[in-house]
Amino acid sequence: MQLNVIRHRLLTLVFLSVCATPAVTGVLPEDRTDALYHRYQGGGITIQGPDILVQKKITDNFALTGSWYQDYISSASIDVKLSASPYKEKRTQESGGFMYLHGKSTYSAGLIHSTEPDYKANTTYYSVSQDMFGDLTTLSLTYKRGWDKIYRDLKDAASGQIINDPSFGGFDKDGNPISSKDADHRGYSLGISQILTRTLIASFNYEVLTDQGYLQSPYRKILYLNPTAGLGYTQAEQIYPNTRTSNAGAMQLKYYAPWHAAFSGSYRYFSDTWGIHAHTAELGYTHPALKRFIFDASFRYYTQNAASFYSDLFPRANSQNFMARDRELAAFNSYTLGAGLSYDFPIPKNPWVNRSTFNLRFDHLLIDYKDYRNALLIGANPEWSAGNEPLYKLNANIFQIFWSIWF
Amino acid sequence: MRARTILMAVGLGMLLGGCSPIQPWVKPYEREHFADPIMSFNRDPISTTYLEHVMESREGARGATGGVGGGCGCN
Repeated sequence: MQLNVIRHRLLTLVFLSVCATPAVTGVLPEDRTDALYHRYQGGGITIQGPDILVQKKITDNFALTGSWYQDYISSASIDVKLSASPYKEKRTQESGGFMYLHGKSTYSAGLIHSTEPDYKANTTYYSVSQDMFGDLTTLSLTYKRGWDKIYRDLKDAASGQIINDPSFGGFDKDGNPISSKDADHRGYSLGISQILTRTLIASFNYEVLTDQGYLQSPYRKILYLNPTAGLGYTQAEQIYPNTRTSNAGAMQLKYYAPWHAAFSGSYRYFSDTWGIHAHTAELGYTHPALKRFIFDASFRYYTQNAASFYSDLFPRANSQNFMARDRELAAFNSYTLGAGLSYDFPIPKNPWVNRSTFNLRFDHLLIDYKDYRNALLIGANPEWSAGNEPLYKLNANIFQIFWSIWF
Repeated sequence: MRARTILMAVGLGMLLGGCSPIQPWVKPYEREHFADPIMSFNRDPISTTYLEHVMESREGARGATGGVGGGCGCN
């Protein structure tokens, strides 16, 4: 429920998993299946579930892709504790698409469908990639379009069951209730990958995303000062703008080291019409060893300022047109340390399997908020009045285990 | 007059030079490292995608994370 505001981002990412790989034009990607179990635990939230991804060539120049993903969410996060009740729910997502290779061009298209009790989303994508300049350069262009329907869950007074608010979207001209609100999304991206030397490759990506409609969570609240209230604050509905446009530009480098290892580095700059500016930098090292093992290590740093209409504690009710207190819009720094291990093993007596790997990956995430305070602690200490309570920190562990086969 | 002739010759040369195909400075037989899985920007898409989802769910920034693939011309 609380997570629906991020649905579009998930769709974007799943789209990329299906679509980005075939951008290696001139040849379609290898036939491959991955089965993954994921688990995220931190900040009172546990999210776990399976994920399956399949890529299969039907002919030399035509391939199909498909994925199936589920999240089982158990949430008692700080937001939920402050303004709602802990909950459990399931989210399911399916996708399907195709790739068609013609000469040095690859055309891709597909559909992604996501459902959960209070959020439904459909996204289509279209992409074309072209090899050029002696196959040293690949240019990719992508367009995607998404349509979401957002519902608000509430407890039915008569039955005690959780149902969708029948009039969340208002009423039509005949006075009939509308249970949902809409959000539309468009995305335009340009990518270039470039071989620079015998051991160095770079990629550049630029993406514009636009959103229109209901872009906030229907559950999260703002806080405003109210000296007459028991804890010195009162909760109220968030009010988001109905539009958002963002620009992101990124560069990646990958270097092949003489001792058969690889270094990677990347940087991304982001800005949007909500006043957020963000920088992301990541370093990685990959080291094959003992013939069948590959070790990975990575460090990621992220920083952003707050959205222009964000505040941890507003001075009074209706103090401005737009008001938000979502943590994603606060100012913070984030650090992620990760390690992975891959074991390449043969499957005997299975001639249709070319190769298979068993993989483990663990990441630790720390988010250090600069202007998002732990409002659950207000009043727990005489010095912790509203607006003076300690800043919030999030520590989370992210675990993945997956099996990949090439056939 | 002489300077104008030289400038025209240089300009014509540049134009004609622009018509010739760009010669790959890394020959196909020099790209064997890019065929190694460790040089892929996205060796395990299912894992990369999941991790990016975890990050973007908690951050204001989005987009431009999906590498455009290798484009290595190594196959």
